[in-house]
Amino acid sequence: MAGTIAGQDRRKAFMLLSPAYLWLTVAVFLPLSAMAYFSFLSEVPFDGRDWHFTIANYRAFFETGTYATLLWKSLKLGLVVTAVSVVIGFPCAYVLAKVVKGRAREALFLLVILPFWSNSLVRIFSWAIVLRGNGVLDRAVNAVLPWDVKLNLMFSPTAIVIGLVHSYLPYVILTSYLALQAIDDSLIEAARSLGAKRRTILWRLILPLAAPGIIAGAVLIFVPVVGSFMEPRLLGGRLGTYYGTVIEDQFVAVFNWPLGAALSFILLAVVLAILAAASPVLKRAAT
Amino acid sequence: MAEVRVERLVKAYGAARALDEVTLDFPDGGFFGLLGPSGSGKTTLLRAIAGFVLPDTGRVFIGGEPVENVPVEHREIGMVFQNYALFPNMTVEENVAFGLHVRKTGAAETAKRVKEALDLVQLGHLAARKTHQLSGGQRQRVAMARAIVTRPRVLLLDEPLSALDKALRVDMQIELKRIQREVGITTIFVTHDQEEALTLSDRIGILKDGKLVRHGPPREVYDDPRNPFTAQFLGDANLIEGKPEPEGLRLSDGTLLPGLKGPTIAVRPESLKLDTTEPAAPFRLRARLQQRIFGGAMGTCIIDWQGRPLKAVGRDADFRGLPDAGDVWLSWPRESTIEFAAKA
Repeated sequence: MAGTIAGQDRRKAFMLLSPAYLWLTVAVFLPLSAMAYFSFLSEVPFDGRDWHFTIANYRAFFETGTYATLLWKSLKLGLVVTAVSVVIGFPCAYVLAKVVKGRAREALFLLVILPFWSNSLVRIFSWAIVLRGNGVLDRAVNAVLPWDVKLNLMFSPTAIVIGLVHSYLPYVILTSYLALQAIDDSLIEAARSLGAKRRTILWRLILPLAAPGIIAGAVLIFVPVVGSFMEPRLLGGRLGTYYGTVIEDQFVAVFNWPLGAALSFILLAVVLAILAAASPVLKRAAT
Repeated sequence: MAEVRVERLVKAYGAARALDEVTLDFPDGGFFGLLGPSGSGKTTLLRAIAGFVLPDTGRVFIGGEPVENVPVEHREIGMVFQNYALFPNMTVEENVAFGLHVRKTGAAETAKRVKEALDLVQLGHLAARKTHQLSGGQRQRVAMARAIVTRPRVLLLDEPLSALDKALRVDMQIELKRIQREVGITTIFVTHDQEEALTLSDRIGILKDGKLVRHGPPREVYDDPRNPFTAQFLGDANLIEGKPEPEGLRLSDGTLLPGLKGPTIAVRPESLKLDTTEPAAPFRLRARLQQRIFGGAMGTCIIDWQGRPLKAVGRDADFRGLPDAGDVWLSWPRESTIEFAAKA
């Protein structure tokens, strides 16, 4: 009897899982395998072009230092954007989870989610209007300060970081919020009754307990930022050449899909390697 | 170690007053039980002493010093929470040591005092465990050890045993009393369980709608509740109402209870005696036995008197010879009658 019921449960579980598996197969596995296949070709196999299998695309990464330099630049960008997002996002999540209540919380949540709901191009171009010389920010600062300052952040790494932080901040706020929400207020009260000051409570209690949420948010930000291309291109201008923009160029401008695919897989491998290397540290922080 | 005093404490949430002019002394080294139904303000009172609730008006003294403007972290209190609030990211030992670390106590001294505290609650062998590996009773003990290791001036317990099952609760009551006696610390605890309050406390205070309605040693409050609410809340009480007449209290069925003033009196269920023949006692009523409930050592009889339900409790042997239902005589000795002050 038990066996039959267990069998039924398994069948039910399989039926419930099958749409997800189907989706993974069609939407993730198939395109990714196609890309993996392309990355080993000498030419895009369209329009009857000649092509053969090669590992030249992967070799290209190692033959010149350019790609590695750009990848390093992108990784640094990822670290900076992640760090800035956590520094801005965690206090925000803390206020949302532990300080404000009711209506005010709903309103703040809406403001946090807003970047998700706006078109990314619109978002980036509105930053361009704010950041450029003689733009909104420049004028505002000059209106307040008595001396003359030239403030042109446009086409600088700062502009890229600002744009990316704005796009990805909600991730770290939402994941930290969930982790903070799960911390019972009585823990904080207990710490206070034992004589702990706010700073001690933050370092000894809140940060360790919220660490899993912060880390999840950081990973969610770091991975896409390393491969990002739109913000670097539009807000970085001439300085905005990153690993992600080079990959985009292979697909959109140069039409060298095999090289683009190979570069993408190298990025994927590097990111996975970084996460794997960091996982013991992350796991310790998460328990 | 210190005595605690609250003076004319008021705390309002909107129109509702959680604390309404509460004045109360908690003697040094005593075990004080705050008792009341939910919403009576007992937890608010405890949290006002702790400093989590800031009273609108009134004063709080710990060891004679006013503390209304002292934040929680400087009040030198120990508190045990209903859900224990153990820090899940720390071991048992680290939990207990937390308050000492905060005070920058030296490593040797910390280790010594943590060990003492854990030995006191008989958990020395579990020092290295994470808190989620503990049972409910063990968590309770860790919370106690953590609260007393800093040698606070007062120990506050918020429904400390309510999360435990009945058998464990009784064990922990004895344990709690032992620990409190050994440490000798002024302890104030909140409970809605009257039996727990009677067992543990050497003084109790009963709250209702934010007001303190009665306080004193448990036996005194039990024997002389002074108002119908306390009589019914602490223990059980059959309330009987009548019209005061010069020679006594006249009940609605015409019975005269000689010498009583009324208009309301109460009789504890354990004082009521049931007979099938008319007893000689002067206080007797004709009533109808509706149901007999067997409860092991003790039994309960549900009685209908003039449409009002009354209850009698006694050993099963006391009720031998009674029918399962039918007309009976109720009687009680004069000294078991609870009378209330004119208006309470």
